[in-house]
Amino acid sequence: MTRVITVIGMLIITLSSCAVYKQPLRGTGDLAVIIEREQASILIADTSRQSIIKRINGFGDLSHASVVFSRDQRYAYIFGRDGGLSKVDLLTQRIDKRIIQAGNSIGGAISQDGKTIAVSNYDPGGVKLFDAQKLEIIADIAATPIAGKNSKVVGLVDAPGNGFVFSLWDSGEIWHLIDHDQLTKYSHVGINPYDGLITANGRYYLAGLFGEDGLVKLDLWHPEQGVSHILPDYAKDDPKMPVYKMPHLEGWASTENYFYLPGIGHHEVLLVNKQDFLVSRRIKTYGQPVFVMASPTEREIWVNFAPPNNDKIQIIDANTHQISKTLDAGKGVLHMEFTPRGEAVWVSIRDENRVDIYDTQCNCVIKSLPAHKPSGIFMTYRAHRIGL
Amino acid sequence: MAILFSISLQPQAQLTESKQQQLDNLLKHDCGSCHGINRNGGLGPSLLVSDMEKYSLESLAAVILNGLPGTAMPPWSDLISAEEARYLANRLKSTQD
Repeated sequence: MTRVITVIGMLIITLSSCAVYKQPLRGTGDLAVIIEREQASILIADTSRQSIIKRINGFGDLSHASVVFSRDQRYAYIFGRDGGLSKVDLLTQRIDKRIIQAGNSIGGAISQDGKTIAVSNYDPGGVKLFDAQKLEIIADIAATPIAGKNSKVVGLVDAPGNGFVFSLWDSGEIWHLIDHDQLTKYSHVGINPYDGLITANGRYYLAGLFGEDGLVKLDLWHPEQGVSHILPDYAKDDPKMPVYKMPHLEGWASTENYFYLPGIGHHEVLLVNKQDFLVSRRIKTYGQPVFVMASPTEREIWVNFAPPNNDKIQIIDANTHQISKTLDAGKGVLHMEFTPRGEAVWVSIRDENRVDIYDTQCNCVIKSLPAHKPSGIFMTYRAHRIGL
Repeated sequence: MAILFSISLQPQAQLTESKQQQLDNLLKHDCGSCHGINRNGGLGPSLLVSDMEKYSLESLAAVILNGLPGTAMPPWSDLISAEEARYLANRLKSTQD
């Protein structure tokens, strides 16, 4: 009998070690999540081996989906358009938890301490806070009602002090939330703020305005000064073109002395001096910029464009502020994500069903990975960056 | 009745299959970036078939071509023809996928 028990015991040990060997120990600091929005799936990719690890299905509506990561880089939080908030375990490649927290949503953020997930919602307009581990609701902040409907919330970012800052599209406000319940409201900031960003040090929150020229700036070191308009009239004499795709400010470019911002309704990137927030130069581009992303080296800025110009990428040289190269990237360039130290950039080519990996020395494609209508690409280094 | 039927199909009949696919892709992904890939809405309103009942095909096509001033809906007339706009309007009114 004892012998039987010993044999069974050894069998169990052998089987469990097999399970361990099946999934070898690994880190998650070099992983990426790629959104495949049409079929509501994600790909988990290894950016060191430049390969796809696994596809996971079942995310509802992933149009305009975005991702933030837990500070241990093990979990990805995926924000879907349909109000879906999913927590994915990147190690086991499984959905750990998934909730539908609203009817219509537009992205989210994770708090400075990593304990709280915030989601910005269109319907019902507002922000909801969740415990990052269990996705249990902590707070529900309703946005200002306009004509019987809560204002849509955009441009939600995390801020120092375990805070969050976000903009209200319909009511033209910026709200700063600290500790789940201390809310500071800045009203009449401008017409239709469409997106927001926070500088990497967490000091300035900038919101782009759709309904008028320019941006709004909030200095979180001096909140008593309120919000101020920047670049209000840089293009007042130029006709504004139809905007076929809203630019994104998240993932925007900042170098030593300048911000690079998309000129909404214009074929240009704005070079803005960090000291005085004035436009230093208007860099003419191939189309209306959507993403303006600086390499981690700050040497180059990569720009993609709204339809019908979403087939090319332009590279701006940070030394000369000139376009140094135009790449025929393929149809439907949607997103670009640099690796943490910038040796490569991953580019989603939606209409050609692939993600191209560019070497940033030669600016040439070194590998293509098949993906179904890929859109956003999110690497786990974001876990340790304010505002991402 | 047969005549009416053929007239309503006419705008699509003149577009090649590959053009129709392009427009379907545009509807799903580019219109979808504001209205949702499943047309459930987003920054722009939802465009479900049930939402479209109250609009005529021609008025929908006109909104697509001319946009809605004062909102984020741009005029698409630089990129698509009147016939293509009618195709999209017809898709909005008739199909949900």
